[in-house]
Amino acid sequence: MSIDLDRSDDNAVAGLPGYRDDAALLEVDDLRVEFHTRDGIARAVNGVDLRLTDGQTVAVVGESGSGKSVTAQAIMGILEEPPARVAGGEIRYRGVNLLTLSADQRRRIRANHIAMVFQDALSALNPVWTVGFQLSELFRTHRGMSRKDAKRRSIELLDMVRIPAAAQRVNEYPHQFSGGMRQRVMIAMALALDPKVLIADEPTTALDVTVQAQIMRLLAEIQQERHMGMILITHDLGVVADVADDITVMYAGRAVEQAGVIDTFATPAHPYTKALLRSIPRLDVKGQQLEVIAGLPPTLTDIPPGCAFAPRCTYAQDICRTDTPTLRTVSDGRAAACHFAKEVMTDV
Amino acid sequence: MSEPVLQVENLVKHFPIRQGVVFKRTVGQVKAVDGVDITLQRGETLGVVGESGCGKSTLAKLLVGLEKPTAGAIRVRGQDVTRLGRSGMRRLRRNVQMVFQDPYTSLNPRMTVGDIIAEPYVIHPDAVPKSGKKAAVKELIDMVGLNPDHISRYPHQFSGGQRQRIGIARALALKPEILICDEPVSALDVSIQGQVINLLEQLQDELGLSYLFIAHDLSVVRHIADRVAVMYLGKVAETGSEDEIYGRSMHPYTQALLSAVPVPDPQLRGQRDEIVLEGDVPSPADPPSGCRFRTRCFKARAEWAKTATDAELETTPLAEQAPADCKTEIPLLEARSGGAHPVACHYAQQRDVVHANG
Amino acid sequence: MSSDINERVEENIDEPAPQRAAGLWRDAIRDLRKRPTVIISLLVIIAVLAIGFFPSLFTGTNPKACDISLNKAPAAPGHPFGFSHEGCDYYAQTIYGAGPSIQLSLMVVVGTLIIGGLLGILAGFYGGWLDVVFSRAVDVFNSIPFLLGAILLLTMFRDLSIPFLSTRLQAIIPAVITLIIFGWTSTMRLVRASVIEARNLDYVQAARSLGASNRRLMFRHILPNAIAPVVSLIPLSIAGMISVEATLSFLGLGVRKPEITWGLMIDDATKWFVNGYPMLLLIPSAFLIATVLAFVLLGDALRDALDPKLR
Repeated sequence: MSIDLDRSDDNAVAGLPGYRDDAALLEVDDLRVEFHTRDGIARAVNGVDLRLTDGQTVAVVGESGSGKSVTAQAIMGILEEPPARVAGGEIRYRGVNLLTLSADQRRRIRANHIAMVFQDALSALNPVWTVGFQLSELFRTHRGMSRKDAKRRSIELLDMVRIPAAAQRVNEYPHQFSGGMRQRVMIAMALALDPKVLIADEPTTALDVTVQAQIMRLLAEIQQERHMGMILITHDLGVVADVADDITVMYAGRAVEQAGVIDTFATPAHPYTKALLRSIPRLDVKGQQLEVIAGLPPTLTDIPPGCAFAPRCTYAQDICRTDTPTLRTVSDGRAAACHFAKEVMTDV
Repeated sequence: MSEPVLQVENLVKHFPIRQGVVFKRTVGQVKAVDGVDITLQRGETLGVVGESGCGKSTLAKLLVGLEKPTAGAIRVRGQDVTRLGRSGMRRLRRNVQMVFQDPYTSLNPRMTVGDIIAEPYVIHPDAVPKSGKKAAVKELIDMVGLNPDHISRYPHQFSGGQRQRIGIARALALKPEILICDEPVSALDVSIQGQVINLLEQLQDELGLSYLFIAHDLSVVRHIADRVAVMYLGKVAETGSEDEIYGRSMHPYTQALLSAVPVPDPQLRGQRDEIVLEGDVPSPADPPSGCRFRTRCFKARAEWAKTATDAELETTPLAEQAPADCKTEIPLLEARSGGAHPVACHYAQQRDVVHANG
Repeated sequence: MSSDINERVEENIDEPAPQRAAGLWRDAIRDLRKRPTVIISLLVIIAVLAIGFFPSLFTGTNPKACDISLNKAPAAPGHPFGFSHEGCDYYAQTIYGAGPSIQLSLMVVVGTLIIGGLLGILAGFYGGWLDVVFSRAVDVFNSIPFLLGAILLLTMFRDLSIPFLSTRLQAIIPAVITLIIFGWTSTMRLVRASVIEARNLDYVQAARSLGASNRRLMFRHILPNAIAPVVSLIPLSIAGMISVEATLSFLGLGVRKPEITWGLMIDDATKWFVNGYPMLLLIPSAFLIATVLAFVLLGDALRDALDPKLR
């Protein structure tokens, strides 16, 4: 099902400072985000780089407190400031630094070029409006469509995300849909204005595994069709292995490893990645002792000097406690933030 | 074969749906658990898996006495506990305990850790002599890997994984033989899950416990379980050893479930069988007649297509494409040709969806 | 690489605790301590309570020692507020006027807490027909307009005298009983809702699965956690009751003479307001408003501080 692509808003982006047609789709450069809390300043994102090209899927992986969701929200521009504050770095969409734009410009980019799908559709969708109304509003506000045309488009969109009986269901309210269906509606809303970048923040975590498979398959198809770039934020390494091209592993607000998925899973270059892979049970293997990562992640208001992972790391030496490792290339197309990356990669 | 430590026979739990302001009428039943048979042997771990609406959480509550069954029997050490009076229930509680899912809501925030773990002794003063209570509590804290000096701390001062350990200590206070673990690691971070799973395994070895391990994460269940039961819409679809279920599953639902679980190995991408289920799970208030899975079953569809006319292929909705026996006869959970373990399907057929093909 | 569980976890727990003392009450108090409105309100309330319970600390004059020849006399040394229309020392009257209001309000609030709270816990915990009966009772009581019902009841029993009670208590008991009768329903509803919410929490289920008796569940687990929304409403209830008492006294139905309350003072003073003696009205009104305002501000702040969703 193809949707007539209305690119009338492309000019809006083309006119912005720094725009280059051939620039990478999305680039994040040394992003820093702070939160001002009662207990001090939490450095939720502490210097993160990301790169996304058309048609690519980048998975951002980490546990709670790693900063992955905050990074996504910073890219979208939906951080609540205060208490959050973007303290440094650049976020470039086709060369345009989003952080220098006005709120209004940011909003238009948000709707038309970068879209987001959240974990909980029930709280992301407005419960007092029908699904059709919410979709139509997008078309009427951003494309100036008539009510009838907007409704027609909405039904087409629901059809595209495989909601059966779309013409009837378009008049229903979010709570009348099951969890999986609601997630599809949210995807439809995100894709309505044909963005080039889709950020999916734990899109299937709250869903049953069979529904998860349906949704991930849908996303993959749509992405391929539209040559969209997708940032997939998740803690589920199985999902990453299934769909991602590249992976960024985050820990305590920093990217600690970046590479293609196949390389990363086969020979991780950072002790955290390695420990993580060894601590998860697998469907196809039975009986190995699960490895345990000792200790707890640091509280973000109190990150120790040096490498944040050092207190829990089996490779740690004195240098790790004084010298914060930066994300360095360790081999072709692979980067890791570890003084001993080479050892980690070659160790069995 | 020695007597199983826990046996569930045709267990049923229906929740009435009531309507009305002053006088409520019953207008329907939610058939949460609708005829479940399960056996748990001493010292083993039985994994119970299924998706939302399958009834596994209700099953857990029935086994621990938080809900009363509508029909059926639960035998602990051969004795039917559904017929127990109050004193019988008290004895049961000593023997069957539960570990809850959410470490953030399963501990009373206003009680110290010591109080939480000591509560079983307060409720059952005959379990441990008064003078020995504190020592017993400290021993439990130590057994789950926490520092006994922290006995006076409050739950919010601990991490999620630590809170789960406190919950486990509480469950072990009365020295039960059976632990019902209801999604004990689902709410924890991935790297912490391993810690708690290892702890549970270690405790099982040390104390000779039997676990009923309920989870939706099939990888975790594979790791810890000896045998597995797969539930769908209130009934057991298939049950067998973990090897039989994961390597040689026979029920189409099990196969669909397993094929949907991603494996953290990019090299396997595209190499496994992919079965994608269409549509939503039917409501437990109104399950399909005959086999409950027939409305989404790829096997039923395939069998039906063998004898369907072209006209029928065009017009019959997806959910109705099933052979007559699937629509009218409830398949019994029993061993069938082609496999050794019990499966509830008229057309059961073995299929490996976990490993790469070829 | 095998791991010894006990060893590994030892390292865990010596790390700094993941969140600092995040108890609801501790945080609430920490919040409130910093706010100037709270501190000022608290000071006013303490002052008013002191005046109410220990009026002799604030004045040596007997408010009932009245000299009609001094009626409406202006302020004089030793008599900062002048004299009432009956020649009583107005300052002393104002001081002694606090007592019945405060006592009445406190008794009503405690009464509604006990009755409403108990019924609420039982209804919320047991559900079933008990809940139906109690909830319908609440509906019935609620359909009677509060002030109308109170006025009706107090008018009917206006001249009833109750044996065995001191004059002070005789003066306020009818109003206390009336206000409790019409006031318990809101507490009951609040407690019931809290209990219903708390009863399904995991830790309550955990205690049940351990074999805890219903009484233990209700009072050890549910009540302490369900009580927060009620507590935050206590100052507001007190404020409300003080206002209601003033209104009833003004109508001649509340506290009976010869007791003095601000409401009665206001009643007496109305006719003199336009006839050249405005202070007779303004003084008790100011005290009344200040007191009510202090309780309201404290109650608002307390409610905000205790609401976990606002953090």
